[in-house]
Amino acid sequence: MAELLLELLSEEIPARMQTRAAEDFKRLICDGLKGAGIGFETARAFVTPRRLALVVDGIPAVRDDVSEEKRGPRVGAPDQAVQGFLKGAGLASLDQAEKRDTGKGEFWFAVITKKGGPTADALGAVIDGALKALPWPKSMKWGSSTMQWVRPLQSIVALFDGKVLKGEVSPGGKMAPIAFGATTRGHRFLSTGTFEVSSFADYQEKLRAAHVVLDAAERKSIILDGARKLCSDVQVTLNEDEGLLEEVAGLTEWPVPMLGAIDAQFMDVPPEVLIVSMKVHLRFFTTSGADGKLANRFVVVANNVARDGGKTIVAGNERVLRGRLADAKFFWDQDRKTTLESRLPGLKQIVFHAKLGTQAERVERIVRLAGEIARSIPGADAAAVEQAARLCKADLVTGMVGEFPELQGVMGRYYALGEKLPASVADALGDHYAPAGPNDRCPTAPVSIAVALADKLDALTSFWSIGEKPTGSRDPFALRRAALGVIRIVVENKLQLPLRPFLKADDLLSFFAERLKVQMREKGVRHDVVDAVVSLGGEDDLVRLLARVEALQAFLGTDAGKNLLTAYGRAANIVRAEEKKDKGLAARIAGAPDAALLEQAEEKSVASALDEVARKVKPALAAEDFAGAMAAFAGLRGPIDALFDKVTVNVTNRPEIRLNRLKLLNQIRATMDSVADFSKIEG
Amino acid sequence: MSNPSAARGKPTCFQELILTLQDYWAAQGCLILQPFDMEMGAGTFHTATTLRALGPKPWYAAYVQPSRRPGDGRYGENPMRLQHYYQFQAILKPSPPDILERYLGSLQAIGIDTTLHDIRFVEDDWESPTLGAWGLGWEVWCDGMEITQFTYFQQVGGIEVDLVAGEITYGLERLAMYLFDKKSVYYLPYNRADSDVPLTYGDVFLQNEREQSAYNFEHADTGMLFRHFADAETECGQLVEKKLPLPAYEQCIKASHAFNLLDARGVISVAERQSYILRVRELAKACCETWLATQKAAA
Repeated sequence: MAELLLELLSEEIPARMQTRAAEDFKRLICDGLKGAGIGFETARAFVTPRRLALVVDGIPAVRDDVSEEKRGPRVGAPDQAVQGFLKGAGLASLDQAEKRDTGKGEFWFAVITKKGGPTADALGAVIDGALKALPWPKSMKWGSSTMQWVRPLQSIVALFDGKVLKGEVSPGGKMAPIAFGATTRGHRFLSTGTFEVSSFADYQEKLRAAHVVLDAAERKSIILDGARKLCSDVQVTLNEDEGLLEEVAGLTEWPVPMLGAIDAQFMDVPPEVLIVSMKVHLRFFTTSGADGKLANRFVVVANNVARDGGKTIVAGNERVLRGRLADAKFFWDQDRKTTLESRLPGLKQIVFHAKLGTQAERVERIVRLAGEIARSIPGADAAAVEQAARLCKADLVTGMVGEFPELQGVMGRYYALGEKLPASVADALGDHYAPAGPNDRCPTAPVSIAVALADKLDALTSFWSIGEKPTGSRDPFALRRAALGVIRIVVENKLQLPLRPFLKADDLLSFFAERLKVQMREKGVRHDVVDAVVSLGGEDDLVRLLARVEALQAFLGTDAGKNLLTAYGRAANIVRAEEKKDKGLAARIAGAPDAALLEQAEEKSVASALDEVARKVKPALAAEDFAGAMAAFAGLRGPIDALFDKVTVNVTNRPEIRLNRLKLLNQIRATMDSVADFSKIEG
Repeated sequence: MSNPSAARGKPTCFQELILTLQDYWAAQGCLILQPFDMEMGAGTFHTATTLRALGPKPWYAAYVQPSRRPGDGRYGENPMRLQHYYQFQAILKPSPPDILERYLGSLQAIGIDTTLHDIRFVEDDWESPTLGAWGLGWEVWCDGMEITQFTYFQQVGGIEVDLVAGEITYGLERLAMYLFDKKSVYYLPYNRADSDVPLTYGDVFLQNEREQSAYNFEHADTGMLFRHFADAETECGQLVEKKLPLPAYEQCIKASHAFNLLDARGVISVAERQSYILRVRELAKACCETWLATQKAAA
C-alpha cells in the first residue's frame, strides 16, 4: 500500500474560496481514482493561502485488470449506430464484439479489458482530470496561458510511493509546462528558496520548518488560543467570530495574533461603527470588557514574525484604524448637528430606481403603507408609525452612512435617540431592514413591525409593477429575501394581516406561496401538505394558512387520516378514469347525488355521512378550528370502505345509476377538498 | 545636493519615491514612459495600459500618471483626499511567472522591510465600467494599509485579452505618507530636506487643490461640458470610422473627463449616470476594437 501526495502551489488564493476548493479537489481526485479502478483507504485535503494539498493513503502499487461491458445497438441496427458503438468502445470491427440475447432481442456487446499494471502509470490522467474539472468561483488566465486557474499556478508536487509521478500541466500559449515534481516553497517572507519532500509526513514537517502551518484547523486554533491569551492578559474578552476566524486563517500561512489598542478619543462613537471599521475593513477581532461593552483593544493577526516582535506591525495597524475612525468620528460629530427631519429634502436627490423614482417618493409610499398596516397591528401608535416611516431613510443622506453604507438603519436609530425622539420611533429606524436573512432577528415592537413590513411590501409591489421579478438565480433586488422577511414578521408575531390588499398582483401572492413552501420545508413541514393547503387559493392570512397546514399534517399522522387518504385516492382515481374516457362527464357529475337514485344501503350511508361532515366542517372552518374540521372527516372512513366493498360503480346497463354513483364519489372528493386539496398529498 | 548615483538609498521624499520606482522598474526591463498629456481618472486610461493590454505584442512599461477625480476634491481641507494625485503604474505583458517577487522587490527598494512589516494579498477584483475592463488580483496590504492594487487584466474594451498583463498600481501620496510617517499629504517632503529649496507637497499643490475644487464643484460651466461631451463623442465615432484608434481614443478620454466633471457638479442624476457610463464604454470599446485590428494587421 502506498501514499499519493499532491500539492498545487499558486499565488494567493482568495480566503473565501479555499475550503470549498480543498473539498472539491479531494472529491475530484477520489472520483478519478474510483473511475480508474484504483482503490484507496483515506484521503485528506489541506489548504493555505498559497497551496492546495491532498494526501491519499492505502493505494495498491499495482492495479488489477478491469473489465467492463458495454451494450451496443440491436443486431441488424443501421450502420451509423454500429459505427458509433465501435468507436465508443474502441473496437475495429464487429468481429471483436459478441452477440447476446438479452430476452428483449439480440444485442451487440463489447467486453473491454483495461490492462492493470503499475498504479503510477494511471495517476497522471487522474490528476490532470481533477485539475481541469476543479470549479473555481472565478478563474483567470495569466501570461500567455489558455488554462484558467484561480491565480497563476506555480508548481506541482506529485509523489506516489515516495517517487515523482511522470506528468505535467501545460498552461498553454508560450508558457513552459509545469512538470510534476517533489519541490515546493515555504512561507513567502519567512523562508527562502525551495526544498524537496519525500512523503506527506516529511512534507508537513518541512513546511512547518519553513513557517507554513498546513492545516487550516490548526491555524485557526493558533489564532484563537493566541488571541484569547492576549485578551486575558489585559482583562478583556475576545469577541469570537467563526466567519472572521475562517477568513483570517485563509489569509495567513503562519498566523501571529497581536494586540492593538483603539485611541480613547474614538470610544464614544457608536460601537457598531468601530466594529465595522475593525472587523469588516481591517479583519481585526474586537473585544469586550467586563461590562460586556466594546473594549478598547483589538486583535490583529499578522502573517509574519517580525524582528522587532511586531511593534511596527501593531503601530501600523493602529495608525490605519486611527485614520478610518477619524473619518467616522468626523461624520458622527457633523451628522448630529442636523436633524433627521431636516434631511428629508435630500432624499429627493437620491434615485431609488430609474423607473421607481426617488427615495423621497419611496418614503411617501412607505408612510402610506405603514399607516394601513398599523391598523391591523395591536398596540401600534399611529403617530409613532407615521414618524418612523417618514424618517426611516433619512440616514441615507448622512455622512456616516455615505461612508459606511452597511450602517444604514443603525445610524438612523442613534441619531433619533440623540434627538430625543420616542424610543419606539428610534428602534423602528434601526429595525426596519430586519430580518436581513434567516438568522437575523425579527422585529417584535409594533411600530418596528409596521415600518419593516411597509419597507418590504413596497419594494415587492414596486419592482413587481415594473416587471422586475426574480428569475432563477437572478434576484438583484433581493425580493425573495423581502418576501421571506414579510412571512417571518407576520408568522412570528402571529399577525392577523391578510396580505392580498397589499400585494395587488395575483402572481405576487403565488410568489409568497412559493416562498412559504421553501420556508416550511426548511422547518421540516412536508411540502405536499403545504401544497395541499396553498393550492386551495384564496387564503392570504398566513397565520390562518399555517394553522390549517399544521392541522392537516397532524391529521395525516393519525390512522384515521391515513385511511381516509386511501379512500380519497380510490374515489378520485375512479372519477378521474371515467372523466378521461368521457370529456363531458365532469360537468354532469358536479353537485350532490340524487337521493332517489341511491339504491344500496352503503351508498345511502356515505351520502348521509357526507352531509354530516359538511354540516360540521363549515362552522369549524368559520371558527378557524382546523383540527375540528379534520376530525369531522374521521366519520367518513367506515361508510366509504363499505361502499367500495359492496357497490359497483360502473353499472354499464343502467347509465343514470352509474352517473349518480360517480356523483357520490365526486362528492367525497369535493367535500374533502373544501379543507385541503388532498390530491396533492403524496401517499 | 541629492545623491545622483544609480544605487539609490531608501527614498526620503516624494520625488525620490518616484525616482526609485522608475529605477527599479527600468531595471526590470520596463520602458519608462512619461504621463499621458490629458486629464484622466487613473493610470489605467493611459494608452500604454488600455490599448497596449490588447493584442499579441509583449509590452513592459512603467510611468507616473497624474490622475484627476474631480469629485474627490476637498478644497485642501482633508489630509488624505485630493482631486489631483499621482499614480505610479507598471504593466508587464505577458505577466512573467515571478511578477509577485518582482513587485515585492520594489517594496524592498522603496524601504518597506519585510522582516518588520506584514504584507498581505487580499482578494480584490478590479473592474472599470467605463473602459469595459476587468481583471482579478489583490489589494496589497502593508500592516493593514492598502499600498498597491495588483490586477491580472482579463478583458479590456469588452475584448478578451490575448496575453494577460499584470498591472501594478501604487497610489504615490498614500504610500509616501506611510513611508515618511506624515498625517497629512500636505506635510510630505516633496524633495530632500537638505535641498537648497526644500518644499512640501502642500507648498507645491495646496493652492491647486483649493482652486480646482472650487472649479470642479462650483464654477465648471456645465453647458460647455455637456457640449464637450457630445462633441467628443461625435468626433470619436468619426475617427473610429476612419480607422484612427489613437486620436479616437483621446476623444474618449475627453468625454470621460467631461463626464467626471459633470458628475462632480452634481448635474447628472443617478439614473442618467449609468447611461453616461455606458456611452463612454461604447466609445472605449470601439477604440479598442479598432486598435486591435491595427495590431493584428501589423503582427
